[in-house]
Amino acid sequence: MFKKLTIAAVTVLGLTSGSAFAAGDEGHVEDFAFSFEGPFGSYDQNQLQRGLKVYTEVCSACHGLKFVPLRTLGDEGGPGFSEEQVRAYAAANFEVFDPELDDYRPAGPVDKFPANTAAGAPDLSLMAKGRAGFHGPYGSGINQFFRGIGGAEYIASLLDGYTGEEKEEAGTIFYENTAFPGGWISMAPPLSDEIVEFDDGHDNTVHNMSQDVAAFLMWTAEPKMMARKEAGFVAVLFLTLLSVLLYLTNKRIWAPLKGKHKPEA
Amino acid sequence: MSGIPHDHYEPRTGAEKWVHSRLPIVGLLYDTLMIPTPKNLNWMWIWGIVLTFCLVLQIATGIVLAMHYTPHVDMAFASVEHIMRDVNGGYMLRYLHANGASLFFVAVYAHIFRGLYYGSYKSPREITWIIGMLIYLCMMGTAFMGYVLPWGQMSFWGATVITGLFGAIPFIGEPIQTWLLGGPAVDNATLNRFFSLHYLLPFVIAALVAVHIWAFHSTGNNNPTGVEVRRASKAEAEKDTVPFWPYFVMKDLFALAVIMVIFFAIVGFMPNYLGHPDNYIEANPLVTPAHIVPEWYFLPFYAILRAFTSEVWVVQIASFITGGLIDAKFFGVLAMFGAIAVMALAPWLDTSSVRSGRYRPMFKWWFVLLVIDFFALMWLGAMPAEEPYASFSLIASAYWFGYFLVILPLLGVIEKPRAQPATIEEDFNAHYAKPSDTAPAE
Repeated sequence: MFKKLTIAAVTVLGLTSGSAFAAGDEGHVEDFAFSFEGPFGSYDQNQLQRGLKVYTEVCSACHGLKFVPLRTLGDEGGPGFSEEQVRAYAAANFEVFDPELDDYRPAGPVDKFPANTAAGAPDLSLMAKGRAGFHGPYGSGINQFFRGIGGAEYIASLLDGYTGEEKEEAGTIFYENTAFPGGWISMAPPLSDEIVEFDDGHDNTVHNMSQDVAAFLMWTAEPKMMARKEAGFVAVLFLTLLSVLLYLTNKRIWAPLKGKHKPEA
Repeated sequence: MSGIPHDHYEPRTGAEKWVHSRLPIVGLLYDTLMIPTPKNLNWMWIWGIVLTFCLVLQIATGIVLAMHYTPHVDMAFASVEHIMRDVNGGYMLRYLHANGASLFFVAVYAHIFRGLYYGSYKSPREITWIIGMLIYLCMMGTAFMGYVLPWGQMSFWGATVITGLFGAIPFIGEPIQTWLLGGPAVDNATLNRFFSLHYLLPFVIAALVAVHIWAFHSTGNNNPTGVEVRRASKAEAEKDTVPFWPYFVMKDLFALAVIMVIFFAIVGFMPNYLGHPDNYIEANPLVTPAHIVPEWYFLPFYAILRAFTSEVWVVQIASFITGGLIDAKFFGVLAMFGAIAVMALAPWLDTSSVRSGRYRPMFKWWFVLLVIDFFALMWLGAMPAEEPYASFSLIASAYWFGYFLVILPLLGVIEKPRAQPATIEEDFNAHYAKPSDTAPAE
């Protein structure tokens, strides 16, 4: 009785829990193939560096990253900057208010990326986890196991989803976007081909830069992803081994009672 | 402790006797661990250990998380990010704690439905059942308040909606709501008291768990046949039981290890699967999310809450009789708490003399329908409040109440139960072909 019920329950639980996310008039989210998808996926260091460059030169004009400490640019599993690079990057790009000096000074590794509320734009630190792109199949959300919740895909689709159409409503200009829920977004298309030059001459079309910056924002949202997956893998491995040992122990303990095996002396 | 006769701890050395005559704690532990347990328990009897593990996991991770968390509306969200980014292993602690809550509820629902199917709630185990229901209520309170602490959008709006339910109580509702919130709306005072209570309640649960275990150690475990252990003599009892250690400890630990494999796969590879993306957006009292959805484990009761709208005739009658005192909102609140209350009253609503559903041919199917109904309600709770979901919710809610209030009392009268085995030993031997020895191991 409970065996059948359990199988049915697990299936339905998957269906219901996932459907909790599935709501609203959602736009089209393209399924980009990111390197960090799935249980063994990891960040592509070069892509994170390119994404950081796009963020610095374009996005940071309006959007902050107030939860992300600058020093983490040097962390393992991140963009992998050296200490000098972190220091140089921070000082060259951002200024922070220092209450001790009572003045602004160049940012250092101990500071966070500054918040930016100038244009009323949302902070991007957690954007890749604050938006879900995938709910399937049938709202179960099981595909998250292989592809994540799709926040990075949502960001890339949004940046690459402008159709070029505009409309004006109550004094605000809206831009048509295939990924944005409702289809019209107030953010003007931020990227254009070749707006950022990469040092290694990497492809800088909107299509590619959207993915680069989306990958970078996935890292800002989940900087410990690689450590987490490693810990998960080790835990699953050892717990599986423990399960096998406990199974054999349990079988042997019960053997004399169940009479299926002769008790070993 | 147990009513089943068995060997008790005998202090042997002088030191043991010295301790035992002053504090018989070793004896207590011995009797608890060596309790005679029906040897035919199946895999649905593992959830108790899983639940105990969950409580320990939640308290252990929670205490460390509390060291780094700041219960203030301006700092709570940032302090959670501090845990995720700066605290050593903080991301793992938080994901274990968040997913640990889900595991806790998976286990408690399996545990409750096990009890409902095998009649574990029936005499003489009513107190065990009632204590269990109290634990479940405390768990819901703890989980709800814990979800508010990260101070994301769903935290804030979930708290607003749920505390708003108390406002539906006539006359005293609004003062109660203000008292709960510590002000007119969800704000810093609310966050502070929720943090305090979220820290307190797990210890209340721990105390209740001790009483829960004490209660069923006094009556003895139920088992899949529902037939009681023979307890006229120790020799007779030993034919039906084995000591908890090592037989069931090992079995339960094996089951726990398998569940941990799945649990760590979720924590390691998709820790946000059961969360809501909106909770990664800091709480903003000025922006209401498009859909306010509670955590999955509240969805069945949330569906019951929403099912009773002012268009339902039962609600209209209730409103007419009470002169408008019970409106649709208050009716929904009563229904939601009533849904748990009828479950708690199961020992007195079930009139059948047969304990286990295994020997109740009609009950079996109504029970399967109840499980389906539970998952249907869970699904409906996640759907928007519109047709056809509203009508489905009403039907599903009606069945939930119908099962406890009509079907359980009636079945005891009209159902003809099948023959039960005379003893647990008989049932055990029927499953395991040729027992080498009827006497259990030492």
